Amino acid sequence: MTSLVGRPWLSASRWLLVVYCLYLLLPLYWLSSIALQTNADITGDFSVLPQNPTLSNFAEIWRNPVWSSAFVNSLSYVVLNTLISIVVAVPAAYVFSRYRFLGDRQLFFWLLTNRMAPPAVFLLPFFQLYSAVGLFDTPLAVALAHCLFTVPLSVWILEGFMSAVPTELDDMARIDGHSFGFFFLRIFVPINRGAIGVTLFFCFMFSWVELLLARTLTGSEAKPIVVTMTRTVSASGLDWGVLAAAGVLTVIPGIIVVWFVRKHLVKGFALGRVS
Amino acid sequence: MNKPYNNKAWLGVLPVLLIVAFSGVVPLMTVVNYSVQDILDFNSRFFVGFQWYSETLQDARFIEAFLRQLGFSASVLIIEIPLGLMLARGMPRQGLSASLLLVLLAIPLLIPWNVVGTIWQLYARSDIGLLGVGLNALGFGYNYTADPIHAWLTLLAMDVWHWTSLVALLAFAGLTSVPTAYYQAAELDGASKWQVFRYVELPRLKGVLVIAVLLRLMDSFMIYTEPFVLTGGGPGNATTFLSQHLATMAVGQFDLGPAAAFSVIYFLFILLFCWIFYSSVVREND
Repeated sequence: MTSLVGRPWLSASRWLLVVYCLYLLLPLYWLSSIALQTNADITGDFSVLPQNPTLSNFAEIWRNPVWSSAFVNSLSYVVLNTLISIVVAVPAAYVFSRYRFLGDRQLFFWLLTNRMAPPAVFLLPFFQLYSAVGLFDTPLAVALAHCLFTVPLSVWILEGFMSAVPTELDDMARIDGHSFGFFFLRIFVPINRGAIGVTLFFCFMFSWVELLLARTLTGSEAKPIVVTMTRTVSASGLDWGVLAAAGVLTVIPGIIVVWFVRKHLVKGFALGRVS
Repeated sequence: MNKPYNNKAWLGVLPVLLIVAFSGVVPLMTVVNYSVQDILDFNSRFFVGFQWYSETLQDARFIEAFLRQLGFSASVLIIEIPLGLMLARGMPRQGLSASLLLVLLAIPLLIPWNVVGTIWQLYARSDIGLLGVGLNALGFGYNYTADPIHAWLTLLAMDVWHWTSLVALLAFAGLTSVPTAYYQAAELDGASKWQVFRYVELPRLKGVLVIAVLLRLMDSFMIYTEPFVLTGGGPGNATTFLSQHLATMAVGQFDLGPAAAFSVIYFLFILLFCWIFYSSVVREND
């Protein structure tokens, strides 16, 4: 590895890395191992490897429409939230990166303070607000509620990336006689598709993992997967196998998303402001 | 860079403003409004001024939850920031192993928070969990549902598992921006390991570390779902943090006024911590 020339002391941190990866993987291994066993095997004699591996827990989830509709509900509000966030954040990030205007810095900081608000603070007002406008128990309600933290984050990330795009690009498009709309949609947005991909990842990440607001804003119709899981625990008590299988299924979309954006991930984690 | 001054730019931020006003400002104003009223039901309410605020600040359960929260957030920062930094320094910079590591590190960040709680429950239970059974086989007498100290350590271990990746990925992103020439120059000058870290890497990492500390500070201060699933705030109140306490007040007992005053105080504390940290770091930079 040429990049490591002159840094021979790294071996100690390599060891740390290996140990940490084991630390990361063990709970995940245990989750999948429990997902592959029947309840009798799980609570019976303890063994590190599954004795009679079976897919029956997954089959049960597959057969039960409650689980599949919960998955669809979750995915629909995550997708809605991501679309809304991107559509409103792209123009905002563009003007933040290109212009100064009255109150711009205060506005930017104020946006970020919304990311700092504890969701627990908003439980009651959200419930009342979305009931009042007739959105309670729809995926749209959860999508809008999640905008509270995904929109500020999207503006923050996109602004960082767009500031790095030289303004000469804007000027050249104008000299070439393109309208602003053409420039923005056909030139500027495509150039920033990597940045938009990273933003998609972050919106997905924060919307998919959230439980508290999703639980408060849904009843029986739009119940998301994360809520279905918590209710399974309380209803049937000890169905560990099905619970673990559902857990495995909620991990998979994340792995797929992260594999697709892995090249942009590092840059996105620096929120475009590394250099 | 000199940006032109143009107030038409407000048109571009208008959609964001509308969305955030709907999902942020309106609810926040509702909370502030509740916090100064005694609400018996929605038809009979009385203005009580700052009564709920002074009661909340003197409430023993609030103070305990607050101190627990401080202890938890401090422990999280003390462990995760240095650990994440060390992990990032050990990561290969390119190739398949780098890609796989990135994906592996990112996985815990993409697991729904209640599933994180479930995973650790299955892992740590002393009857069916690998960790629980393993520790007991080694003779530790481990049981996180009964022993407050075990519950705390389990929560900390879970948070480290869940969030150290974020710090590591941020720090890694910062490290990739250090030009190789800097390392070669430091080597020629005979710099020690510590000097390389302190004078070559750390200045480049400052920006991302500020983000890492801010995000971990905010999010650990708001932690709710994972302890809710893993310990339910117990044993006793040993792991009841601020959000949990608040959710019990607002949804469980329906004490709207006090819960709202609590919310406002809670939010102001987070803002205050972040502002102090942010402004002290920024001032140091100038």
